[in-house]
Amino acid sequence: MNSTNEAALTAAEAHNREFLVFSLGEEEYAVDILKVQEIRGYENVTRIANAPDFIKGVTNLRGVIVPIVDLRIKFHLDKVEYGGQTVVIVVNVEDRVVGIVVDGVSDVMMLTPDQIKPAPEFGVTLSSDFLSGLGSLDDRMLVIVDIDKLLTSDEMALVEQTTE
Amino acid sequence: MDITDFYDTFFEEAEELLADMERYLLELDVDEPDTEELNAIFRAAHSIKGGAGTFGFDALQKTTHLFENLLDHTRKGELALRRDIVDIFLETKDMLSDQLDAYRNGDEPDQEAFERICQTLQQLALDEIGQDLGGGGSVQQTAKAKPAPEPAPASAPEADMNADDGQRIVTLLNVGEKDRQLLVEELGQLGEVISHQGDEQRYEVLLASSESNDDIEAVMCFIIDADQLQISMAGEAGAPAAVDKAAAATAAPASIAKAVETPEPHEKPVEKSVAKPVGAKPKAKGPESASIRVSVDKVDQIINLVGELIITQSMLDQTVSDMDAVADSALLNGMSLLQRNARDLQESVMSIRMIPMDFVFSRFPRVVRETAGKLGKEIELVTEGESTELDKSLTERIIDPLTHLVRNSLDHGIEMPEERVAAGKPRVGRLTLSAQHQGGNILIEVVDDGAGLNRDRLLAKARENGLPVSDTMSDDDVWQLIFAPGFSTAKVVTDVSGRGVGMDVVKRNIQGMGGHVEIMSKPGEGTRIRIVLPLTLAILDGMSIKVGNEMFILPLTAVLESLQPAKDDLYAMAGDDVVLKVRDEYLPVVAVHEALDVPGAKTKLAESIAVIVQGEGRRYALLVDDLVGQQQVVVKNLETNYRKVPGVSAATILGDGSVALILDITGLHRLSRAKKEVRRSERTYQSLEALSDKELETSS
Repeated sequence: MNSTNEAALTAAEAHNREFLVFSLGEEEYAVDILKVQEIRGYENVTRIANAPDFIKGVTNLRGVIVPIVDLRIKFHLDKVEYGGQTVVIVVNVEDRVVGIVVDGVSDVMMLTPDQIKPAPEFGVTLSSDFLSGLGSLDDRMLVIVDIDKLLTSDEMALVEQTTE
Repeated sequence: MDITDFYDTFFEEAEELLADMERYLLELDVDEPDTEELNAIFRAAHSIKGGAGTFGFDALQKTTHLFENLLDHTRKGELALRRDIVDIFLETKDMLSDQLDAYRNGDEPDQEAFERICQTLQQLALDEIGQDLGGGGSVQQTAKAKPAPEPAPASAPEADMNADDGQRIVTLLNVGEKDRQLLVEELGQLGEVISHQGDEQRYEVLLASSESNDDIEAVMCFIIDADQLQISMAGEAGAPAAVDKAAAATAAPASIAKAVETPEPHEKPVEKSVAKPVGAKPKAKGPESASIRVSVDKVDQIINLVGELIITQSMLDQTVSDMDAVADSALLNGMSLLQRNARDLQESVMSIRMIPMDFVFSRFPRVVRETAGKLGKEIELVTEGESTELDKSLTERIIDPLTHLVRNSLDHGIEMPEERVAAGKPRVGRLTLSAQHQGGNILIEVVDDGAGLNRDRLLAKARENGLPVSDTMSDDDVWQLIFAPGFSTAKVVTDVSGRGVGMDVVKRNIQGMGGHVEIMSKPGEGTRIRIVLPLTLAILDGMSIKVGNEMFILPLTAVLESLQPAKDDLYAMAGDDVVLKVRDEYLPVVAVHEALDVPGAKTKLAESIAVIVQGEGRRYALLVDDLVGQQQVVVKNLETNYRKVPGVSAATILGDGSVALILDITGLHRLSRAKKEVRRSERTYQSLEALSDKELETSS
């Protein structure tokens, strides 16, 4: 009896995914926690000339040069401030390490498949191609970002396109 | 553990053996071949055959088998060497390389080519010594089949015959428990292990196998040394010949009847060194044990770690520099010691990656010989500075461009013998390849004593191709034309060169390595093509400069001098171009803050400092705010996690842990020009807009 319960639980858990929730202004976003390598403060970023404005530059992550992208600028948020709360989420995307600047990291959430709704077709700023869905949690809505697709996309200009 | 785990070892060894083979073949004096060299070539073929048989690379095994037999005859003096025979041997060696590559990539070698080379070798044997080598061309013969009887000495087939299907005792001497198990498993793959017993000192395996003793030995030799191994026939109990400790160690009377390392008595050392690099004869153990094979990844990891160490060290250095020299003298002494040790460590680690240029030069005798043969020219190749060391990754990448330059010199540079004689030069042309260190660079030169470049023809050809040229161009600029895409002045397109593809690729490749090409040429006396390359790509001597609040690194090799530009020496040219006059030379001015949009930089030209730099043979004056100092920096690739950045070649980490960009001089110049273009077109656009606005006003 007990064991069947456990089995059912693990089966359900297998479909549940954990997300790291972060805030950009008033909005809450989430990324798959398995993509996240670490979270660190925003400091010591060397500017790269002639790059899009949302690419803040590069930083030294224990001897590795890592580009830093400010998602707030990319998503055209009104207020872009750098302070003690500003954090960088270091993610691993297709063998690359990229840091994304966000306003704050709130928590880690477990979402069941039925809590993830498909993203509606909208937005010019953030194409729904880059979203894996919308997570609903009580009265909160989490925008679940497909970080792989977003960071390797043409418009992020982070990756040299092979067709060139 | 699977036998495929040994594939890589075999491929690497076979590759080395083939390289040795080629070297010996090229060194061979056709009229008086050196027996030692012939033996070495034979041994190489033999070792590859052994390995190929073991791993079931049929085509490779069969080709080497035929080749080995021919070599055996040569070695015994039954087959007189001629130049064309050596050529066939070289061709065979190439074929073996191809086959090896195919197997390495998991493919089957080209069947047609295989059959062709087998036939060539067979034919050669028939023609020259009237013997059929047997076993050739046909594919039916598998590795498992009986080896074709050796045509030569009667003793060899006899030994082999006994070996076939027979039971034999494989004796392992001084082999540890773990290796023993492994070896027994391996033997299990070769045949049936009937029994195995013994201890570490002496371990006997009774094996029934159709493989030849050589093959068994070859497999074993990947794990243990040849002298740890004895293979003997079981069943020849009638002849309990005394072989060293044999009788003492075991009671089995059947053991060691006849040590099979001696099918041909005088070949003992050869058989022992099966599957090992040529020259590693028992007594020549020295060089073998003095080097180890390490993957480049591991070395790179060490280099990275040492780089980190250096950064940490300079970080500490900055921290302690403010301390009191008397009160903290122990700490400061320790720091300076640490600094010295860290530098020494870095230097020795970097030297791991360095390999002598001989590695590159050694393949040119072949190239020159073949190219000269095709062109009907007589050419003597001289190499100098073979021991000059260069980073391994660079040596590998320099081979193709260098081959191209050499071919080009042979084809276009050096004249036909008759022309040379008519011009009063020695009949035999001379091509010199040299390498030398100069500062942090290596200079590699290809020098020929041919006709030299023809200025008029180059200019004419350039006009034909629609390149912007003028008669007043400097010689240097004219010579550089040969690197333009699609440029070839060859009167006839030959097999060797002249299609005009390549020279531009050569230049691009060399630039890709952070180097450049210079050409010096005198009509009638020859051409000197000089490749200047950095010694290594991993560290760089840099000059740190400041623009605004940002720090950048300039490669020190590119910096010629720096000066405070006098107002009178700055001249504005059409639009917003500025040139700086330095000792009667006008240099284009590149303002770093403009090219890289640095905020808060000094914008007045006369307040900045001009750093005169050289890139791709051109000079520029870079305007910067401040010179900070010189330092060695560890080059970090930007493209690992990001992408190429215009005007920037790489990045590095400074003592305080922040990232600084290493500037790419020519890229920077291009960037600043592109920016000026944009600004100019914007201005035109704005003035047009202003114009139309005015029109609108007047019309309304």
